[in-house]
This record gives sequence, structure tokens and C-alpha cells, in this order.
Amino acid sequence: MSDLLFFFEVTLAGLGSGALLSLTALAFVLIYKATRVINLAVGELLMLGGYLFFAFAAGLGLPAWAAIPLAIAGGGLVGAVVERGLIRPMLGESPIAVFMVTIGLGSILVGLVELVWGTDPRALPAFMGNAPIFIGEAYVSRKIAIAFAVAAVVIAVFLVLFRYWRGGVALRATATDQAAAYSCGINVPGVFSLAWVIGCGTAAGAGVLLGSIGGISPSMGVFGLSALVVVIVGGLDSVAGALVGGLVIGLIEAWAGTYLGGEYKLVTTFGLLLVALMIRPYGLFGTTEIERL
Amino acid sequence: MAADILLEINNIEVVYNKTVQVLRGLSLSVGRGKIVTLLGSNGAGKSTTLKAVSNLLALENGAVTAGAIRFDGDDISRLTPHALVRRGLFHVMEGRRIFEDLTVEENLTAATFALSGRGLKPTPFDLVYQYFPRLFERRNGRAGYLSGGEQQMLAIGRALIAQPSLILLDEPSLGLSPVLVEEIFTIIASINRDLGVSMLLVEQNAAVAFAVAHYGYIMETGKIVLDGPTERLVKDDDVREFYLGASGGEGTKSYRDIKHYKRRKRWLS
Repeated sequence: MSDLLFFFEVTLAGLGSGALLSLTALAFVLIYKATRVINLAVGELLMLGGYLFFAFAAGLGLPAWAAIPLAIAGGGLVGAVVERGLIRPMLGESPIAVFMVTIGLGSILVGLVELVWGTDPRALPAFMGNAPIFIGEAYVSRKIAIAFAVAAVVIAVFLVLFRYWRGGVALRATATDQAAAYSCGINVPGVFSLAWVIGCGTAAGAGVLLGSIGGISPSMGVFGLSALVVVIVGGLDSVAGALVGGLVIGLIEAWAGTYLGGEYKLVTTFGLLLVALMIRPYGLFGTTEIERL
Repeated sequence: MAADILLEINNIEVVYNKTVQVLRGLSLSVGRGKIVTLLGSNGAGKSTTLKAVSNLLALENGAVTAGAIRFDGDDISRLTPHALVRRGLFHVMEGRRIFEDLTVEENLTAATFALSGRGLKPTPFDLVYQYFPRLFERRNGRAGYLSGGEQQMLAIGRALIAQPSLILLDEPSLGLSPVLVEEIFTIIASINRDLGVSMLLVEQNAAVAFAVAHYGYIMETGKIVLDGPTERLVKDDDVREFYLGASGGEGTKSYRDIKHYKRRKRWLS
């Protein structure tokens, strides 16, 4: 019985970290969907989000309700600047070149954060409370439960916006066919900017959540790599894929880490990535080209 | 007279990749409320002409290097493609280019962005369904699963949503059965008649193009070689022979009798 309870608790924790993975994966998906750029700096933007919150909350002493939106807005602003300054001039260059630019951007962000805040890990000011939450008899850390709820709500909002909001249609249209989107009067460069702003803002928000659970450090951007696995498994252009992929990877990491030992966590995750790619190269939920017969 | 001209292309040259010249001093004009057709063989530069007008050339590394294009009296060279659409110039691209992952209705929604900032009332989707009842039946289905003819209808339907004053139509007959071609061209003609929309129609199928157009231009290797009202063009012997597949009165010509079809080893010369 207690074995089952333990399994249940591990599963809940896995779902919690999975939700964070989903949220970060969402940042990849948004940017990739609109602009066909794989932004490898998402992990670093996430880290920057954590540090921005730290600066606003601990440095300026702002309350959490003000510091969180500011951190998200800061991430979005960085996204806007990067899109205008680095990505748009690269339009039409080979995807690898753009990909490399985002890797470079990630390194620069790490460097800047280290210059400003140093390399030591720090704890974020607590704003969620510590009282644990019990589901039945199972214990869940309050922070993980909150992170899960927030991620779930945000992803649900995105799914609804994508489907029913006019701007969501514009984004999907741009993703399908840029020239045709232009010809429908859609402001394509505007959609690019919007996707970067929202994507980077989302990453920064995920950084605040992640940082409040495990603290912040300049190397926390590695989390972005796990999220990259999520989007590759789930499909680079699928919001639903990010959601399901994140939860699956989160669960598998939690189970493997608990039952096989911590060293199996990454082996299992990346092994799964390989298998998933061999079976469905475009991801579980990614779009394949429509074949008309 | 000049006030009646909606689109005026004046002596433009277009170069791709800074090396390949496709248009060499092309001029044409489209009158308000008229359908004008632009005919020519493969690679003559018909689609390039339309892309030059809708400013979509830049996406393919092309540029207008000389000449001017005026739409509704204004030079358009500095306008972005979407700004141009929002002024009432809609380009229905070759190959239909509908958004396959979106539903039929979402495709129409995408076209509503063409109305942004124009202070117009939104076009009811019913207008599209009125002309193309088949789209109504499939409005919630994915556009990628429509048949070729329905996709062309959707592409024209998107143009209707945008309430344009000029539609550039790039080969609407491409890959469609003769029956469908007739159906679609009948609708094109009635859209022009009912709504007073001007059209610049690029076609390979000269017979159907002449059936709806008021005026025609014929282009070869980047410039206009012949133009005139359709009634005159259809009587022209060269047009009849090369574009309408008929030869004046004396029955079918054998390919053997036509001098320039004689075998010649071009690579030796």
C-alpha cells in the first residue's frame, strides 16, 4: 500500500515538473510555428526570467504580484529586441545560420547574467507559501502544485486562443504559407514579432516558476534542453504536443530517477527521444504534409 | 481617360537574384471595372508580373530594377505586401495557396485581415457561400482535404472577403477539369459584373480567358508583343494559331508544314 502511495507521489511530482517542461516547450513551439526558427536560447531566456524576478523582488523589494508580470514583460521585451535586431535581418538565410545565432544569443545571455549577478546559485524570495498539499493521502509540494496549475491554465489559454482568436488564425496561417499570409493582408513581420514576444515572455514566466522551486543559477538554462526533447517528441509545431510531451517526459524522468536511480534520468529521456524520432520523425503531434488522393 | 485606369505598369524590369532578368520593359494597364488578361507561354514572366505588382517578389529574391507601378494613382514600390492588400489589391496566387492546415472558415477569417484599418464593414462569409455553395457544405473541414476545384473556389473566396478593387488572378484554371474551369470562369465573370471588381487574369488557357476578358495582352520573354480588345485579338491569325490552337479556315495544319517546328540541332549553332 505504501508502495502504491509512494508511486502516486512520484507521479504527481513528475506531472508537476512535466507541466513546467510543457510551458517551456510552448515557448519553442510558438516561435518555431510562426517563424520556423528553432530558438535554442529559450533555456537562457527562462534563466533570465528567473533573474529578472530576483532583481525586481529581492533587489527593488517589489511584491510578487508586481515582480512576476515585470519579469515576464522583461522576457518579452528581450524577445522583441532579439527578433528585430538579430532574427529579422537573418530572414532568408539558411536555417542552420539562424539556429547558430540563437546558440550565440544563449551564451551571451549567460555571460551577461554572470556579469551582473555572479555565478553563484541563489534562492528566489518565497511567494507561494510552504504548506504542503495533500491529494487523498499523497503529499505534493505546494510549489510544484502551483507550478502545475499555472502551466496548465496558461497552456489551456494558448490552445483556446490558437483555435478561436483571430490573431491565432493569423499565426497559423503565417506558419503554413508566408506568401499566402501576406496576400491575405496579414502583417507577417508583425506576427513574427508577436510570436517572439509571447514565446520569450512565456519562457521568462516558466523561469520564475522553476526558480522558485529549485533556485536560480546561470546554468539553469540546461532545463531548456529537456524542453527541446519535449518539443521534438511532441512535434515542433504542435501546442498539444508540447503539453502531452512535457507531461510524458516529466513522468518518465521522475519514474526513472526514482526507481532506476538519478543517473538513468537523462539516459531514459534521450533514449525515448531516439525511439520516438524513429517511429514518428515529425513528432507525436507534428503536422505531416497532407496527401490528397 | 487616365482617371479610369486602376493599375498602370510602366516599363518595368525585374531581376531575380541580381542576375536573371525576367521582365524587360513590360507595360500594361487595367481599367476600372475591367477584366484584362495576360497570356503567354511558360516562362514568359506572367506570374513574375503579378508578383511585381503585389510586391511579393522580395520573398523570392526578385526586385523591380526599373520602371514604375501605379495602383489607384499611387506609386506602390515602397508599400509592404500586406499594406497593399489593405488598399484593395488582392493577389490570388498560382497553385491556389490555401492554408491547408486551417478549416475553410479559418481561411476566410485569415483574409479578414485585409480589411484592417479600412473602416469597412466586415464581409459576411455568406457572400462567398453565395458564389460557391460547395464551400458552405465543407466550411468546418480542413481546407487541405478539399478537391482542386474547391480549393480554387476558396482562394477566390478569400479575395471576396478582402473587398478589393483589383484582383490579380494567376492561372485559376490550373489543373482543373474543363467543366470546373467553365464553372469557375462563369463565377469570375459574374463577380466582375456584380461587384465591379477589376481583374488582371494570367492564363495559359486562352480560350476561357478571352471568353471573360475585355482586353488582352500577349507577352513573350519578358515583354508585351501584342495587345488589343479581346474581339480583335481572337481574330488575329497568330493568336488563333499559337494560343487558340486553330488556323484560319484552311483546316488543320500539319506540324510538318510549319517551318519553325522543323528539327534543328540547336546546340550545334
